[in-house]
Amino acid sequence: MNNFLVYPLLIPLFTAVLLIFFKERIAVQRGISAISALLNLAVACFLVYQVSSDGIQTLHMGGWIPPYGIVFTADMFAALLVLITAVVAAGCLFYAFGSIGEERERNYFYPFFYFLLAGVTGSFLTGDLFNLFVCFEVMLIASYALIVLGGTKRQLRETLKYILINIISSTLFVASVAYLYAAVGTLNMAHLSVRVAEVGQGGILTVIAILFLIVFSLKAGLFLFFWLPGSYSAPPAAVTALFGALLTKVGLYAIIRTFTLIFYHEPSATHTWISWMAAATMILGGFGAVAYNDIRRILNYNVVVSVGFIAFGLAAATRDSLDGVVFYLMHDMIAKALMYFLGGMVIAAAGTHRLQEMGGMIKRHPWMGWMFFVMALSLVGVPPLSGFIGKVLIVRGGLDAQMYLLASLGLASSLIVLYSMMKVFMQAFWGEEKLNPERPSVNLRGMAGAATGMFILMILLGLGSEWVYSFVSQAGNGLFRPELYIEAVLKGVG
Amino acid sequence: MELFMAVTIGVLFAVGVYLMLSKSLLRIILGTSLLTHGVHLLLLTMSRLKTGAPPLLGEQADRYTDPLPHALILTSIVISFGVTSFFFVLAYKAYQKLGTDNMEELKGEDHE
Repeated sequence: MNNFLVYPLLIPLFTAVLLIFFKERIAVQRGISAISALLNLAVACFLVYQVSSDGIQTLHMGGWIPPYGIVFTADMFAALLVLITAVVAAGCLFYAFGSIGEERERNYFYPFFYFLLAGVTGSFLTGDLFNLFVCFEVMLIASYALIVLGGTKRQLRETLKYILINIISSTLFVASVAYLYAAVGTLNMAHLSVRVAEVGQGGILTVIAILFLIVFSLKAGLFLFFWLPGSYSAPPAAVTALFGALLTKVGLYAIIRTFTLIFYHEPSATHTWISWMAAATMILGGFGAVAYNDIRRILNYNVVVSVGFIAFGLAAATRDSLDGVVFYLMHDMIAKALMYFLGGMVIAAAGTHRLQEMGGMIKRHPWMGWMFFVMALSLVGVPPLSGFIGKVLIVRGGLDAQMYLLASLGLASSLIVLYSMMKVFMQAFWGEEKLNPERPSVNLRGMAGAATGMFILMILLGLGSEWVYSFVSQAGNGLFRPELYIEAVLKGVG
Repeated sequence: MELFMAVTIGVLFAVGVYLMLSKSLLRIILGTSLLTHGVHLLLLTMSRLKTGAPPLLGEQADRYTDPLPHALILTSIVISFGVTSFFFVLAYKAYQKLGTDNMEELKGEDHE
């Protein structure tokens, strides 16, 4: 029992409610949200520290013993993701200060931002399947508002599709919860895991598992990512960074949680599905990243590729690859946020999102250009940078599990990522200046500050990977041995 | 009884999916709400439709119906109500601004 566990959820929720009352006072809104972001960061750090020193933390809501009440559980995996979420959120917030514009700020941008954050942290910390659904909805409804806020034609059009897809997947989520409840009669994740182990994961449970896989894949953009490239190119960069770094990762988290904790008994069925979907995601995402000349599309397809790569790590399910999944997920959340920050800056500086109309920006924006270059190398996984360790661990795990085809696909996808990012870099930053010299220069200082902060963090994550690895290894161990989680949640309960 | 409910839910799902695959936006929204009706009934059915008193302790009955699905459905109903109303307003706004409710015309990049 540890009441501290609920603060990462409560702080954003409370902030969001508070911010509603300051609609017209932008300075106040900014002040409150900045303080809250830093507070959230501190709380998340402390949570990681607690989990690392005292093991898995649980909180029984209202004093009801699980499986009867809702339980909040923070194992190392969830705690790390909460921490990275707090980091990304702080980055996005400061980036939004410099880029989002008064019109949006006046129309409840920050409350929506914090409601989204509350949904995301709630999803990471909850130990109950239906509560996960509710947190998903909190997150999604805030994201509907954020994606359409501003109301341009493109946003309206893409939001229609985005909402439709998410309504369908949420409906399927409820349906799968209903089936699972009928099959085993509980909704607490730890208790579910015990029950599934007791009755044996037969045909019905495997079908339910696949249904969950479909639901979460729709959210995560794993193979079922057809909605993602369009939707993510509609909102402004601060919002897309938030989406690309957090929303798909919540879906991935749900996949990883369900298939390491609950449905791990029949890997020949479920994990084979995951591996095929991962392969298809990497291939199709790679095609998309190569095909377009629109910066936003290229970045969006890069998100898809990395989702496929993480799913490959899950499908291999060895100790190494699960460590790799945790590490790569952390790296990817930070790097993808940074990628959208820089992409947004490039678009703002050039005034267009078409690559053909850009060129020679390195002269005016050298700092931005080299940050972009290093970020691209980090996404690919060049050794001293943060993408490397995760990739090595996942590929090694894949080779141990004898998934040679997938491992080579994973490596090939790195090359594709490299190619697509270098295409952006060379076309936008090298060559002759194509921009209209009379165009008034845009003030990028606010955005550059947030991007630099995120950039430094990404470098530190790579250089300090030895230190980070001790946490990652604890998280990977928790994923590899679900009995630890179950014991922590159900201890002392008949 | 479960069989009858299962068939009904199947029909609701089928009609919902059919409507969602149509071109008109309003039909799509109707399709989503039929789908959510189907899934709420599914939640109810899946907890077995045995006879028993409503889950109120004042009833002093020997057997009660399962209270958990009712709570889940109630939660899910308000969520989908919120989302549907947002969807309707969005459709209205989109119609005002884009001038069409035909999903076929909302494709591609030429709508800027």
